[in-house]
Amino acid sequence: MFQHKILETNVFLLAVGILLMVIVGGLVEIVPLFAIESTIEKVEGIRPYTPLELAGRNIYIREGCYLCHSQMIRPFKDEVERYGHFSLAAESQYDHPFQWGSKRTGPDLARVGGKYTDDWHVRHLINPRDVVAESVMPGYPHLKRPLKYGDIADHLKTLRIVGVPYTDEEIASAKADLEEQVSASSPEGTKVAAHYPKLHMGAADGNPAVVSEVDALVAYLQVLGTMVDFSTVDPASIRR
Amino acid sequence: MSSNIDATAYNEDVIKKFALAAVFWGVIGFLAGDYIAWELAFPALNLDLEWTTFGRLRPVHTSAVIFAFGGNVLFATSLYIVQRTCRAALFGGSALGNFIFFNYNLFIVLAALSYVLGYSQGQEYAEPEWALDLYLTVIWVAYMIAFIGTIIKRTEPHIYVANWFFMAFMLTVAMLHIGNNIAVPVSFTTLKSYNVFSGVQNAMVQWWYGHNAVGFFLTAGFLGIMYYFVPKRAGRPVYSYRLSIIHFWSLIFLYIWAGPHHLHYTALPDWAQTLGMTFSVMLWMPSWGGMINGLMTLSGAWDKLRTDPVMRFLVTSVAFYGMSTFEGPMMAIKAVNSLSHYTDWTIGHVHSGALGWVAFVSFGALYYLIPKLWGRQEVYSLRLVGVHFWIATIGILLYITSMWISGIMQGLMWRAYDQLGFLQYSFIETVAAMHPYYVLRATGGVFFVAGSLVMVYNIYRTIKGDVATDESYAAVSKSAV
Repeated sequence: MFQHKILETNVFLLAVGILLMVIVGGLVEIVPLFAIESTIEKVEGIRPYTPLELAGRNIYIREGCYLCHSQMIRPFKDEVERYGHFSLAAESQYDHPFQWGSKRTGPDLARVGGKYTDDWHVRHLINPRDVVAESVMPGYPHLKRPLKYGDIADHLKTLRIVGVPYTDEEIASAKADLEEQVSASSPEGTKVAAHYPKLHMGAADGNPAVVSEVDALVAYLQVLGTMVDFSTVDPASIRR
Repeated sequence: MSSNIDATAYNEDVIKKFALAAVFWGVIGFLAGDYIAWELAFPALNLDLEWTTFGRLRPVHTSAVIFAFGGNVLFATSLYIVQRTCRAALFGGSALGNFIFFNYNLFIVLAALSYVLGYSQGQEYAEPEWALDLYLTVIWVAYMIAFIGTIIKRTEPHIYVANWFFMAFMLTVAMLHIGNNIAVPVSFTTLKSYNVFSGVQNAMVQWWYGHNAVGFFLTAGFLGIMYYFVPKRAGRPVYSYRLSIIHFWSLIFLYIWAGPHHLHYTALPDWAQTLGMTFSVMLWMPSWGGMINGLMTLSGAWDKLRTDPVMRFLVTSVAFYGMSTFEGPMMAIKAVNSLSHYTDWTIGHVHSGALGWVAFVSFGALYYLIPKLWGRQEVYSLRLVGVHFWIATIGILLYITSMWISGIMQGLMWRAYDQLGFLQYSFIETVAAMHPYYVLRATGGVFFVAGSLVMVYNIYRTIKGDVATDESYAAVSKSAV
């Protein structure tokens, strides 16, 4: 009969026993997510973030927005009516890291793109209570400062290492693409629009000459949830 | 336990440092938490400065309480317990002990600074960037060498049950820390990095890490504390040796599976959610196994609950452990989670565990440990320990009851429809409704902080060598040694 004494008197066996116990659950739950093809739905329209959106996303992470805002709409009637179509795994497939969040002190932002004007977003970010009297969100007046983006191409390169399909050309023109998304007011004829479809263009803060942090953050917020055109998606293909 | 080796052979200088650091970081972490609680009630407190917003200070709070306070408590207690129960001096001596102490606390300071300055991986409880993660890995390996090395050179044949839990804690935390922080830096001169995982896989790995930071850092490690200090203070043996074996192995096996309950109804595949829910519910049993073993250790010594406020901290912590490990599995049931997720109910649940269980068992251990380390008969004043107990308990009750009400209320408001079939409340109406509860919660936090300041004073006087003339507890002082 097995004697527990064997483990209690041998620290090596005890350590091995512990490691065997704690490794199983993770293996069973994590590994199949990479192997089972249906984990990420096949839908059209998901593209990597533009350099400007990526810079905005990094500000979103820097400020800890994920601590109060989720980006994950659950398939409930009230959530779909309040926020839009429930979120798909495909929609965050290029999100390193994911920003699904765990708390809604503020509303879900998974489909906030296109719901408010740039001007609303800028005012709201600078002082939320200017546009929503009862908001408890902090003000972010420092976002008016210029964005630092000298190394933006390195960010795209790094993301390519972890699996985001940026092309050589997109990496080479990352800085120009970032600037153009702010300086041009319409996507027509721009190089950035040739690289990235469905673009939200323009300087959110009204100054196209300087790329500010708020320009980048608003560009990110305005693309959230807008990449998939759900009128063209067969509901059966994404049923959960 | 009678010891045949000279107590002065134990390496206790470094334990003293960890114990004092734990007290220091406890106060800092509670203060940071209470400040951000007031920010949610009165947003002007964010000060419109980038360094003081809720988003940047919240990781400071969570890191300060979990890794700084909890971590230093775990280092102090585990390295104290492992020496005593193995009857061996610390492996690596004071050199290794001091290396761990100075570097771990420097890591905490650097991590907190990095959040305030805007560096974050953007994953909860894993905010430190790649360079700090590497630094922590080195420190952690040093800690494991000191702990396991001490076990290897033990003069007791058996490894005491508390040490099983500490070992599970440190080995699993090492695995989780590495697994969740595999990231590629943008360059070696910046802190910014990108995690190798994205989207749904990243979410699963994060909550495999996140839930087991709770399961192994805040549970297994602190159960190790319970298994030493409760029997010691009660002067009774652990209730059931058999139960400790069963609940140890089942607890560490089941805990790892519970992560997906943080991702119910998300884009995580259903099979993973179902596994997470099932194992979370099963986890109730080994959790209560630990609670029963802790509480029943008091069989025949229940009067100490009335007469010894240090015992009161320890026992109440186990009771809170039982309560939150019942609430947790319940909230992991998908139907319940559909209401509770994204609301303050989760925050309340975490704090019933973190304040009621983790902090209370730590306070009990510190009140036992500090007089021992400084060669005092007893803490300066047991009456003040009692004062701390009641202030802190009132604080916890205000905290968790206000979060129950606000969480359940907000969950219900989000899904409420009016008679015409429209959503009844706009989101901002549900935010406004939270205000009184946020004030109440932050007030509870004030009580908790105040209690910890009473502890600081009591510990200061204890170390100084003062003894309060305290009639009502005189009897305990004699019997508790």
